[in-house]
Parts: sequence; structure tokens; C-alpha cells
Amino acid sequence: MTERTPLLELRDVNTYYGQIHILQGVNLRVFEGEFVALLGGNACGKSTTLKTAVGLVTPKSGSVLIDGVEVTKEKPGERIRRGIAVVPENRRLFGPMTVMENLQIGAYTRSHVPKEDYDYVFDLFPKVAERRNQLAGTLSGGEQQMVAVARALMSKPKLLLMDEPSMGLSPLLVEQSFELIDDLHRQGVSMLVVEQNANMALSVADRGYVLQTGRVVLEGPAADLAQDAELRKAYLGR
Amino acid sequence: MSTTPEDSRGIGTDEWVAQHGERAQRGTGLYARIGEAWMGLPSLVRWGIPLLLVVLVPFAGSNDYILRIGINLGLFLLLALGLNLVVGYSGLLDLGFIAFYGFGAYAYAALASEQFGLHLPSLLAIVIVVVTTAAFGFTLGLPSRRLTGDYLAIATLFFGQMFVVLMVSSDAVQFPWMDEPMDLTGGANGISNVDQLSVLGFTFDSNLSYYLLLIVLVVLATVATKRIHFSRHGLAWRSLGEDSLAAQHMTIPTVRLKLLAFTLGAGIAGLAGAIFASVQQGVYPSTFELPLLITIYAAIILGGLGSIPGVLLGAAIMTILPELLRFPEYSNWLFLVVLILGTIMYLKSWKLVPAVFAGMIAIGFIANVIFLAIGVPYLTTAEWAKGPLAPVLGSWIFMPEERVLIGNIAFVALVVAVAWMSLLTRRTTIILLPFVLWLAIFTWEVRLMLEPSITRQLLVGALLVVLMATRPQGIFGKPRVEVL
Ligand SMILES: Nc1ncnc2c1ncn2[C@@H]1O[C@H](COP(=O)(O)OP(=O)(O)OP(=O)(O)O)[C@@H](O)[C@H]1O
Ligand SMILES: [Mg+2]
Repeated sequence: MTERTPLLELRDVNTYYGQIHILQGVNLRVFEGEFVALLGGNACGKSTTLKTAVGLVTPKSGSVLIDGVEVTKEKPGERIRRGIAVVPENRRLFGPMTVMENLQIGAYTRSHVPKEDYDYVFDLFPKVAERRNQLAGTLSGGEQQMVAVARALMSKPKLLLMDEPSMGLSPLLVEQSFELIDDLHRQGVSMLVVEQNANMALSVADRGYVLQTGRVVLEGPAADLAQDAELRKAYLGR
Repeated sequence: MSTTPEDSRGIGTDEWVAQHGERAQRGTGLYARIGEAWMGLPSLVRWGIPLLLVVLVPFAGSNDYILRIGINLGLFLLLALGLNLVVGYSGLLDLGFIAFYGFGAYAYAALASEQFGLHLPSLLAIVIVVVTTAAFGFTLGLPSRRLTGDYLAIATLFFGQMFVVLMVSSDAVQFPWMDEPMDLTGGANGISNVDQLSVLGFTFDSNLSYYLLLIVLVVLATVATKRIHFSRHGLAWRSLGEDSLAAQHMTIPTVRLKLLAFTLGAGIAGLAGAIFASVQQGVYPSTFELPLLITIYAAIILGGLGSIPGVLLGAAIMTILPELLRFPEYSNWLFLVVLILGTIMYLKSWKLVPAVFAGMIAIGFIANVIFLAIGVPYLTTAEWAKGPLAPVLGSWIFMPEERVLIGNIAFVALVVAVAWMSLLTRRTTIILLPFVLWLAIFTWEVRLMLEPSITRQLLVGALLVVLMATRPQGIFGKPRVEVL
């Protein structure tokens, strides 16, 4: 790996919820063009890592850098405007608003959104186009997931953070959604994806990190991780 | 199956599912068809028709009483539109909102009356009032950065109540640099002889002039909120009320928008307060107590939070309905019409309607026979029945001499019957319906008509309960959908 500046970097981050020490010296980097998977069991701190990166929680020590700029003291809005977009855990669409309105809110950072940008996500997700006037809360879980990704893409991010994109999807749909994420990655969007489904994530990712009780216990190229005996035993279930 | 094997892999490609959205929007039945026809009209016509009606009211030979209701309605609409920014859009439960209205009214009274010997030009006074009220709103909004939901509600409710107490008790304030205590607010008596508005040489000295002024202001406020509603910032505002964390993810400046909502809402309330003070030519602390707050919340919730036509309609209902019910002859009609319409809507079948009402009429006569047989003393038709419905009701309803006692029994029986009916099957309910309907009309005539002022509130309350039970999202509100 050459010494480029990472798009996103967590340096020795320690995050607490009150007295509870959650992230214990986490180091993590995502370079331009990379697809990084963040794996780990329940409650090991994956979502907390994303929240620390975005600024929804502030680490007690350590720093967060976006594009080489120290952003640890910045608010979420300021950080996200630097070219990040988030697909939060549980999607968090704006339920009583239409799909179209959700997309418009996704583009809030930009004062003018050309029609082509909507066409771009509608091309990616024909289902979203079909449902553009439906209230987002009435969509099925899978459709909501698509809208959540489409909404995140509306801000034209360089880096997309996704928290469990496969949550609540049927096996078939998990596969489809990973194909889609892979497509996006090929089109130049860097990715940091939190995922329970380690097999699936490692099959499309470039690199991976494995968290265990708030520490990075393994990291490396996805292909190596997929072969790692210990990891297979602990997380992949075989 | 009309789906091809290929696309049946995806979600929602099943025909039935795919058409769900349309189906949900299309709706069936008379209401849906009327609604669709209405929504099909150009929006200029949809908004223009009600506006034209409202403007024409005073020219259709109306009196001051109706204009006063119109003025109250106008003020109420302004308040509701302002509150909608705070509660409907930003989702901030501000229970201190009425204090801004009061603050505006008192501030205008202070600037334009003998209280301090100031008689500022109206426009200047209004500008000062709006700006200071907005600043007051900004200040009260500051806690909303951290407090949300119930906590914000409690904090703002406290401020709202404190405002009234302060106004009542500030009639003898001792400033250290003065010898005598000073009367700031006129205490419980308030401030009277407030100047009327006078703009560019035109003095607003009649109800008609205020009525027209308020129409202009309400139209302006409606147009402004409508523009905001669909703008990028309006969208951001609404998303904030929906899920403030997700809104932050979209880089929406939540704190700034919350404070803006408080500030704008307060500014509008301040303007309404100033006009109120000059219409009344006085301000009194009791105006700004809890009932007004409750009524205005009822209005915006009734209409559907966040929906502009909903807010307008809700405010109209909450102002006009109690006035209609003030007169027994109107309320009698209204009660019967609502009862009959409600029954028809519940039955949803034209065949059952005549049967149920025939049963109801029969039960009335049977009851008369029973009452007579027992020998209950009664009043003759001429003694009690008044108004256009007298000949009909007079011969059908048995009016006991002991109106209060028998009426109370009937009232309790009615409440119990209605409460229990919700547990029964539709079949049993329909069988019992004629009896309950008769009991309702009997109770109404015998007992409730004796005390119109209480009946009025009961009826408004009952109507709200029924409306909210059938349409929890309000008349025009979008149904709440949880994102799972
Ligand atoms: N706001 C909070 N206050 C207190 N504790 C919290 C808070 N948020 C998370 N935690 C705790 O921090 C730990 C890590 O949570 P986190 O959400 O990061 O887990 P996760 O790795 O994303 O798990 P999962 O895969 O189940 O989503 C958990 O033990 C959780 O209970
Ligand atoms: Mg998680």
C-alpha cells in the first residue's frame, strides 16, 4: 500500500458511552476506491465505529481524519459535507414523506440538483423510480433499503458508510444488494460496510477489519480473511 | 400469474403488490370520488373558492356578530399557522406558544395606549412587537437544542403559565431607582383603551376593516407557509420533525432550523397578538390561559399536523363550531344531522338505514306508552318544544316533569351503552342501534338542552373524540407510518 492519504482514518480511537469503554484503541483506514468490510459479532462496536467516524459520538481520545483533515471536533453535518454519505442502521427513512422527498432531502447538501442525478439513481434502482410517489414508510423492507442507499447517493459522496445493508433481507435479496453495492464500488464510490454476513461481505470487499469487544483483532485483504481459520471458526460458522 | 419468471426474482414485481400504491391512492366510494374530483381542480380554484366565499361574507348582508367570529377565526388561523411551523414541521411540542400571543398583545398595548403614555405609530409599534416577540421566541427555543419531546413540553408549559402569572402580578413592581411601585401590566384588569391600528392615514375602526385586514394576513401567511412546505428548506424542516438523527445524517442543520421555527412561529403569534389588542382595544391576562392553548392544539391536530389545508380547516371548525352550538335552534339541528349522518356512515348500507330509523321512531312511541302507563308526570308539547323541529319532536319525545333526574339517568345509560357497544359484534350493535339512537335524542332533548353551555363543550369534545378515533392522523394529515 502506497502512502496515499486515506479518505477516512480513525487513529487510536477510544469511545465511551458514559463509563463504558466501547472502542478501545481502534485504528482503521479507508483509501480512495477501496471497499472495506467491517466485521464482528453482536455488540462488538461496529455501529459505534461508524458513529464515531460520522461524529454522532465523540471519542475521548484519538482522532478522526477525513481526506487527511482532522475532523474530531466537527459536527456530523460538517463532516458529511466533506463527501461522506451514510446509510444508517435500520435505514431511518422519513416515513410519512414520499420516496421522492426522501431523495430530495438526501441531496440537501447541494443547492441545485440536476435532473440527471435523479435519473442516475432511478437507473440504478428501477423499483425506486416506480415508487417515487409512495410514502417511504409503506415500502417493504427491501424497497426501503434501496431507497436508503439511493438517498445516500443523492449527495454524490466519495465515501459511502453502510451499517448492515443486508438486515432483514431475504437470502436472494442479500445477494442482489451486494451485487449492487459492488457495482457502485466499481463506479468509483469508496465503501465502508458493516456486515454480519461475513461470507458475503468478504466476497466483494477489498479489505476487511474484524472487531472483537471494541478492538481490531484482525485486518487484511478480504481474500486472506476469508481463508483465515480462526475467523472462519469464530464468525463464518465453519 | 402475469409476472415473468425473470422479474419475479425482485421485490414488489407481483402485480398486486406493484399496484398497491395506485390502489391506496385511488380509494373507492363517494368520499374518495368527491375528493378526487376536488383534487383534480387547478389549485388556484381549490384555494380561490373558499377565499371568495370568505371575502363575500360581509357583503352578503351580515352583522357585526358574524364579523367578530370572522376576526377571531382570522387570529386563530394566524396562530395555528405559526404553531404548525413549530409542532407540525419541526416536531417540537411547544406548550408555551400562547405566551407569544400574549406577549405580542401586551407589547402592543404598552406601546400604544395611556399605560405609559406612548402612542407610537401603528406600523412602528407592530414592527417592534413582531421583532421582540420573535426574539423572545428565539430565547425560549434555546432549550430545544437539548430538550425534546415531553421534556420540552414541560419546560415550555412552565414558561407559558409563568407568563400569565407575571402579567397578573406586575401591577406594582418596585424598581430600586423609583420611589413608587410601577404599574406595568394593569394586573388582573389588564390594559384598556389601546389605540386602534392606523396605517398610512387609514384607521382600522370597524369590524369590517379588521376582518379584511386579517383575510389579507392569513392569505399571506398561507402562501408563505405553502412556499416553504415544498422548498428545500421546508423539506429539511419536515424531516427534522420526523427523525432528527436521520436528518443530521443528511447534513441538515437541525439546531438552526429548530430555532428558526421557534422564532418565526413566535413572530407570527406576536403579530396576531398585536392585532388582537387593537381589535379589542384592550388586553386581559385571562385570555392567554390554558383553554386557548388547548383549543389551538386541538385545531392543528384535528386538521392534521403539518398539513396546511388541515390546519386551516381545523382552526375553522374549532372557532365556528362552538359559536353554532351557542344557539339551541342551531345545535338541535346540528346534533340531529350529525347523528343521522354518523349512523348512515356506520351502516354503510342503504337497506339498513330505513330499518334502523323506523325502529328508532317505533321505540320512541313505545317509550311514550310505557312512561304514560307508569304514570310519569310530563310536560305538554307547548310547554317545552320550541323552534322549527317542535311539531315533530314534541309529539315523539316524552318530556318528563323531572327533566334533571330522568335526564341524568338517561345520560348515564347512554354513556354506558355507547361504551359497551364497542365490544359487541356488528350484528348485535345494529340490533341495539335504534334504541341507542332514541336514547341519545331523548337525553339531548330532556337534559342537555337545559344547559346549552355545558352541552356545547360536551358536544365539541365528543366530536373531537369521534373524529380522532376514526382518523387519528387528522382530517388532512398523512397516516403515521413507522419505519421498521
Ligand atoms: N447510546 C448508548 N449508550 C450506552 N451503551 C451503548 C449505546 N450505544 C451502544 N451501546 C453499547 O455499546 C456496545 C456496542 O454497540 P454497537 O451498536 O456498536 O454494536 P454493534 O457492533 O453494531 O452490534 P450489532 O451487530 O448487534 O449491531 C453495545 O454493548 C451497546 O449496548
Ligand atoms: Mg450495529
